[in-house]
Formats: sequence, structure tokens, C-alpha cells
Amino acid sequence: MNKIKVFVVLCLISTFAFAGGYRVSTQSNKQLAMGHTGVAVVNSADILFFNPAGIVHLENKLNISAGGFGVFSDVKFQNQEFGTTSETDSPTGTPLYLYATYKVTEDFSVGLGVYTPYGSNVTWPTDWSGSHLVNEIELSAIFIQPTLSYQLFDSVSIGGGPILAIGGVSFNRNASRTLTDEEGNRSNIGIEDSGVTSWGWTAGLMFTPTDRFSLGFNYRSLINIDSTEGTATFSNFPNSTLTPANGETSFTATLPLPAELTLGVSYKMFNDKLLLAFDYNRALWSEYNSLDLEFGNGATSINPRNYKDASTYRFGAQYAATDKLTVRAGYYFDESPVQSGFFAPETPRNDSDGYTFGLSFQATPKLSIDTSFLFLKFREVTESYDFYFDTGSPVPAPFEGTYKSSAFIAGLGITYSM
Amino acid sequence: MKNLNIKLIALFIASAAIVSCDEDFDNPIEDGGTYTSGEADFSKYVTVGNSLTAGYADGALYLSGQQNSFPNIIAGQMQFAGGGEFNQPLVNDNTGGLLAAGFQILPNRFVLASDGMGNPAGPAVFTGAAPTTDITNKVTGPLNNFGVPGAKVFHLAAPGYGALSGVATGTANPYYARFSSSESSTIIADAAAANGTFFTLWIGNNDILGYATNGGTFTNPLTGETTQALDHNVTNNITPSSYSSSDITNNNVFAGVYQQLVAGLTANGAKGVLVNIPDVTSIPFFTTVPSQALSPADPTFGPQIPLLNQVYGGLNQIFTAFGQPGRQISFSTTGASGLVVRDLDLADLSQNPNFVNALVPLVQGIGASFNLTLTAAQATGLAQILAPQFGQIRQATPSDLITFTAAPLLGGNNQQLFGTLTGAGLPVELAGALTANGVTFPLGDQFVLDEDEQAAVTTAQTAYNATIEGLALANDLAFVDARAALAQVASTGVAFNGGVLTSTYATGGGFSLDGVHPTARGYAFTANTIIDAINAKYGSTLPKVDIGAYSTIQLSDQVQ
Repeated sequence: MNKIKVFVVLCLISTFAFAGGYRVSTQSNKQLAMGHTGVAVVNSADILFFNPAGIVHLENKLNISAGGFGVFSDVKFQNQEFGTTSETDSPTGTPLYLYATYKVTEDFSVGLGVYTPYGSNVTWPTDWSGSHLVNEIELSAIFIQPTLSYQLFDSVSIGGGPILAIGGVSFNRNASRTLTDEEGNRSNIGIEDSGVTSWGWTAGLMFTPTDRFSLGFNYRSLINIDSTEGTATFSNFPNSTLTPANGETSFTATLPLPAELTLGVSYKMFNDKLLLAFDYNRALWSEYNSLDLEFGNGATSINPRNYKDASTYRFGAQYAATDKLTVRAGYYFDESPVQSGFFAPETPRNDSDGYTFGLSFQATPKLSIDTSFLFLKFREVTESYDFYFDTGSPVPAPFEGTYKSSAFIAGLGITYSM
Repeated sequence: MKNLNIKLIALFIASAAIVSCDEDFDNPIEDGGTYTSGEADFSKYVTVGNSLTAGYADGALYLSGQQNSFPNIIAGQMQFAGGGEFNQPLVNDNTGGLLAAGFQILPNRFVLASDGMGNPAGPAVFTGAAPTTDITNKVTGPLNNFGVPGAKVFHLAAPGYGALSGVATGTANPYYARFSSSESSTIIADAAAANGTFFTLWIGNNDILGYATNGGTFTNPLTGETTQALDHNVTNNITPSSYSSSDITNNNVFAGVYQQLVAGLTANGAKGVLVNIPDVTSIPFFTTVPSQALSPADPTFGPQIPLLNQVYGGLNQIFTAFGQPGRQISFSTTGASGLVVRDLDLADLSQNPNFVNALVPLVQGIGASFNLTLTAAQATGLAQILAPQFGQIRQATPSDLITFTAAPLLGGNNQQLFGTLTGAGLPVELAGALTANGVTFPLGDQFVLDEDEQAAVTTAQTAYNATIEGLALANDLAFVDARAALAQVASTGVAFNGGVLTSTYATGGGFSLDGVHPTARGYAFTANTIIDAINAKYGSTLPKVDIGAYSTIQLSDQVQ
């Protein structure tokens, strides 16, 4: 993989936060508008992401969808005991997706998808009260997924394909709660890596016993992003042999992009004008035990995470209101994978309620314009991260506070079929 | 149909506009109302005191120290409950040190240096950047912090204490000269003119501390001569202008001036806090170097014990013969023994010519131990050199407090005497043996706060504290028992989020590298202690600070 090209792509497709952990559920405008359901919804080429078994059900020979989102997120923090407050100033994320499918025969289709299912982009004010845990984090992962889908029986199709994941990370935090150089500047460690590639796979199954009822199942495997060629930068350390020296060094770290399993149904009624869908996601976050950084200069940073597997319950509906206009709405409840005592401000995500709606406008018989809105309300939570220790201290220094996060996402996409 | 399309799109846009509004906490503390000022009015906080109020640490006043001064921390928390701006006479840099018209008059701060191989070496003066704060550049603009390092209680009311012209002659204080309103102004008048609605007053520490840190002595800066400092509760001298910097302020002088200070600060009806004086034994300056410092396990000291006991055995007999049977010096081979110290309270036997004669056989014996045969004339000459060294010494008892300034001396030799002895032709080994600091060459009295001196300090401190607490009661002001708070840090330590704050030198977190002044974390603890007292007295609900977020000591190898 040509690193420079990958880097350019990463710059174009920066990613975002939302959903539990650093999973980002913005893989389709049509589907996001209906609660990001979709494992059993055959709407467009977007099904390639939701369930590769579904692309063989698309009626047209060639289907292409592409779209993007503007992500506006905000996290507020306060600690009432000490009167400390903070608020993120994260840059606007712009996730993109592109899917194309081609019907080779009536019962065999191929496709290619490029999408960004994981990412996080949180920017706290530099040197804020939790800066020893994180100042700024940017994770991104682009998945490239070639896909095959086959109609096995009249009512059963299967599909799947390999996934090439290209990951990048940039993370910055202060070395401790108090260490500074001689001028009083906080000692800081930043790490950066991009173009880290890794392979995974996905497979799905779709069961369509009637024209109205579909049941879908999809599994996407764990992909570990092993970062070994990045750069760690130590800055503002004092001129002392008691601390690491300033400058660049190497580091190693592994960030898991956990497996996800989805089961869902859809049902059409009122002359197929109304479609109702339900998806259940299970993200196998328990893979994420600890974020361990080992630096080339001998320093280490062990950060227990101890995530748990987490579920998301998605409900969506779409209604063909007129010949040209389809309206959609949805709701989902997203359970946080973060357990009590492990609530770190780098992914300050509690359980959340997502309210979605959107519409598609059929501009021409072949081209539809899709929009979606997601308003994601994370429930207010007072939590702590209990596993930070000052250098040499036998007792931890929990970082506690109340978090209130929200995100507003607006998306625009097109769907083209011929 | 087209109409319906437009309506649906309009509805869609309206919905998007509605849901995109900002989310906030159920009880956002930034909106106010979470914290209250009670009966107090924090709109203008004014603070008066000494180095502790100024934010002095690590032997200097530097920028981040001032930013972490306890008044600045308290002022930050007061802003949640109606507090206003808080201006301090900030210095320019984190180097510390002061200049007067370009010449450095006070040294840079201490940092903790390493040995160059990843181990801590000890405190050293930071040399990584030059000091840039010149006292001739007067601070202008309104101030809230009137803390002046070095100030004693009577200095706060002394006209001319901030005169630039008096700094060179020692009649004025360079820190106050930076921001005094005039050459004849007083600190208390300047502070009262600030017209605060709330104040803290913490003064009186230096009225005993100068005596204590100098071991009850005064060293004349011009002659270098060390004499006993005076306890003006004994002399009953009530004229502070005649006091030396090491003298203990008379209790009545203290009470009289302190009353004036309180009257000045409360004249406009302001509420406030009075803070009392901690024990000197709470600070690492007196608890880091043990008086029983001589261990037989020490590989350089241990093997010398038999010879030392032989020599001091002879000297002990001489002491007895000269009527001083109490001065018995010996070193244990099983446990730690006391350092040998000079005590200006003792009769100086070297004033008696017979003492030299008595030392002659002893000196010859020492020479013999080093295979050196001394003639009578040589032995007498050496005895004359050594008589002042041995004439006024005793062995430190467990109740003596050794000052932190003695630490660099221990394990070394008195270079001046070593030069004299080798210059007189003595072999290096013998000259070295006769000049070992704290063993054969006594630690000066300025390094030892003995029991009597401690009692003098405690007597004054108790009286000062009674005055402070009494005036707090009489004026209906909050009272902070800093003595109890620091005693707790020194005895059990104080647990905080991430550790335990103790007074152990360098590692305890509470005290800066000068051994006397708190670290930023120690000042944050002080601020919390005062906030507790304010809340208790005035019914306010000021939040405390997370002391673990405040720094302790600065590491750096940019030292001499």
C-alpha cells in the first residue's frame, strides 16, 4: 500500500465519533434516516454495508450510492466538587461512503464498498483538568470491502467479502497531572500513525419468506489495528535525566476494531408504501481490554479499558409519501460499552438515544437525492476513570466528573440506478 | 402533489432546526447558583501577609509560584460566588531572583537536579535562564495581593519598608519596593486603600522563623560574625527598629501591631480570615537532617569510631577538669550518635589559656596515631589552632533540631581550617581527620535549634496564636488553625485524590525545595483549609480545589 496515497485518502475522509466506543454509525443517508436499521432492508446499494447478502436483491443492473455527513459534536464536562468545567471544541467531521453493486446474473451480484465505520475525534481545551488522560484524539479507519452475493434458494441469499481496513491515529495528552518544563509548560506526549493496514471479513444472510417480510443477519469480524511504524513525540519535558528526553521516538500499540453482529427484520405494508424495520446490533467490545503504549525510549503507558460487549436497538420506518418523495424516521438506543470506573474522556460516551429522520427526493427515475438528520443525545452521566496513577504513587487518582454529550449529524447523498 | 412535496420538505427543515439546539447539564455550574457566598461579599478580595501570601517557594518568588499562591487559588474559587478580579504583583519569569537596576540582589529558585544518570541528586539553584524582574520597574495598577516575602508583623506598619532607596541599605524590602505606593507608604495602608470587601491576613511566621532557621543566632552580613540572636520576650525590648532579622518579636509588640492591622482591614466593615502560625517542627527545614546523624554503618565514619572515642575520651577528661562534666562526647558502635556542635550558650574554654596547655598531650597523642611525632612547640602550636574548635562544643541530643542548611556540610570538611592545617605542614590525612564537619569540626550554632531556643520559639508562637485567635473572636472573623493543619501534614499526612501529602523533603509533596515554603500543592491544601473556615464562618459554599492537580517540585539539570 502506497503510504502517501493512503495518507491523502485519510485526510479527505476524516472521521468522527458517536455510537458506543468509537463506532460511527453513519454508513448510509437512507438508512441513518430510519435509525440506521438496514440488515433486512433492500433500498439501495447501501445494503452492501448492512448485509452483503442483500445486494443480489437489488432490481437494477448497476446501483451506486455515495454520500457524506457533517458531524457536529459537543461534550461538556463539569466537576461540582471542585468547580471545574470544560467543553470540547472538536472539528466538524465529514464521513463519506461509496457503494457500487453490479448484477452479474439474476442470482449473483458483485459489489465494492468504501466506508468509515470507526473513528473518534475529540478535542478538549489544551491543559484542561483531564489533560493527563487526553487533550486530543483522532482515530480513523477506512474499510474497503469487495463483495459477492448469491441467491442460494428462492428465499435465502448469502453474501460476504474481505475487508481491507486502513487505520490512522493521532493522540495527544499531557505526561501527568503536574509535570512541566522549567518554564511551566506541561510535559506532553503525542503519537501519530497513519496508513496502518489490516484485514478482516464480513458475511451475511438474508431470508425472504414473503415479498413483504425479510430477515437479515450480518457479521463483521474483529480487525486489530497494530500500530508499529508511527511516531511518538515527547515535548516540554524538563531538562533532567529523571524524565524522558524531548524528541521523537517510536511506539507500538494495538487498537481493536471490534466484531459486530446484527440481526434484523423488515416488513412492508399498505401496498408496500410503508416499511418498518428493526435491527439489533451486538458489538463485541470486550476485546478492548487495555490500550498499552510502549515507546522506543523505554517509557510505557498502560491504560485499562475493560470494555464490555454492547447492544444497540434500532427502529426505523419509511413511507413513500408521493411519487417523488419518501420520508423516513427512526430511533435507536445505543448502549455504552464503557463500564463504571473506566469512563475516560477520550471516548466520553454514555448510553445514548438517537432520533433520526430524513427524506429522499426522486429527481429523475434513475437518480434520487437522500438527506438524513441524526440527533444523538447521550444521557448525562457522573462517572470516573479510576486507573490513572501519578508517577510513583501507589494509589490511583480517579478523574471524576459529569459528562453531557450530544451530536448533530446532517447528511446528503445520492442514489443512482440503471 | 408538488405542494405536498414542498410542505414535507419544509417540515423536515423545521424539525432539523428544532433538534439542533445545544444540550446542557441538568445543573450546569457555569450558570451560577451552585455556589453561594453566604453572609460574605467576595466581590473584592484583598490579602495581606508575608512570603506565604505572596506564593514564594523554592527559595524565590517566581511566576508560577505566584499563580499558585493560596490567595490566587481562593480568588479563583470565589469567582463562582461573586468574586471579582484578583491582581497580584507578578514577577516576569519562572527563574525567580530579583534585580536592582540590573544587578542581581536575590538568587534564582531551587530545582531538583539529577546525577545525570537518572537518580535525584538534590536541590540546586536553577541557572537555565537569567532573572528578568527588576525592582526598579514598579508594578502599576490596582492590586489585591499584598504579600511581601520576609515581612514580620511590624514591617506591615513600617513607613519606608517599600522605599527603593532603602533596599541597598537593608531598611526596605525589595519585594515591597516593587509595588509600594510611595517611598514612605506602609503595606497595611496600601492594603486598606484597596478597600476590599473580604480579606485574609496571615502574618507573624517570620517573627519567630528568622530566629529558628538561624539556630537562634544572628550572623552579621558585614563582619560574618555569628552571635546569639535575641528573644525580645526576655529582653522586653519593644522597639522593633532595633531588632536584628533573627530576633524574636516581643509578644506585646506583636499584639499591638496585629490589632492595628485588623483594625485597618476591617475599618470599612469587611469580613475576613485570620490565620495562625504553624510549628517550626512541621517544616522539613528542621526535620530532614537528624541530630543523631552519625551511624556506625556509614563506611567512612564507622571505622573511625575507635580513634575518635580515644581522642574525645581525652577531651572529655579535660572538660571535666575544667568544670564541664556535662560535655561528654562519644560515638556508639551499635547505634546512631549525635553530631558534634558548637553551642554559644556554653562557656568558651578556649578563653582560658590553661585549656591550650591541657590540649597539648592530647594533640601529641593524635599525632602519634598518625605516626607523627610532634615536638612540644609543634604540639602547642596545633593546640592553639584547635582550642577554639573544641572550646565550646557538645554532642547534639535527640531534642536538638538541625537545620536543612547543614545538609551540604555533613560528610565534608571545613575547608578553611583544612587549609590552615595543611599550610602548617600537617599531613593531609591528619588535617582531614581534624576537620570533619559535625564530627571533629563542630557544626556552627546557626545550624542547631536547641531545646532552649525551641522553647523560646514556642513561647512566642503560643502568645502570637493566642493574640490571633482572640482578635478573630473579638472582631467576629473566621479563624484558621494553620498550626493544626500543618501538624497533620507533618505527622500522619493528608490523603488526597492520588496520594498522601506529607512534609517529607522533596518527595512528600507539601514543601518546596527550600524546606520552609509550601509547593503549589501545599498552597492548594492551604487554600482548601482556609476555604473550609470561610464556608464554616460565613455560610458560603465555595468549592475546594483538587490538590493533586497542583505541582510539587521542579526537576531540572540546568544548574551550576
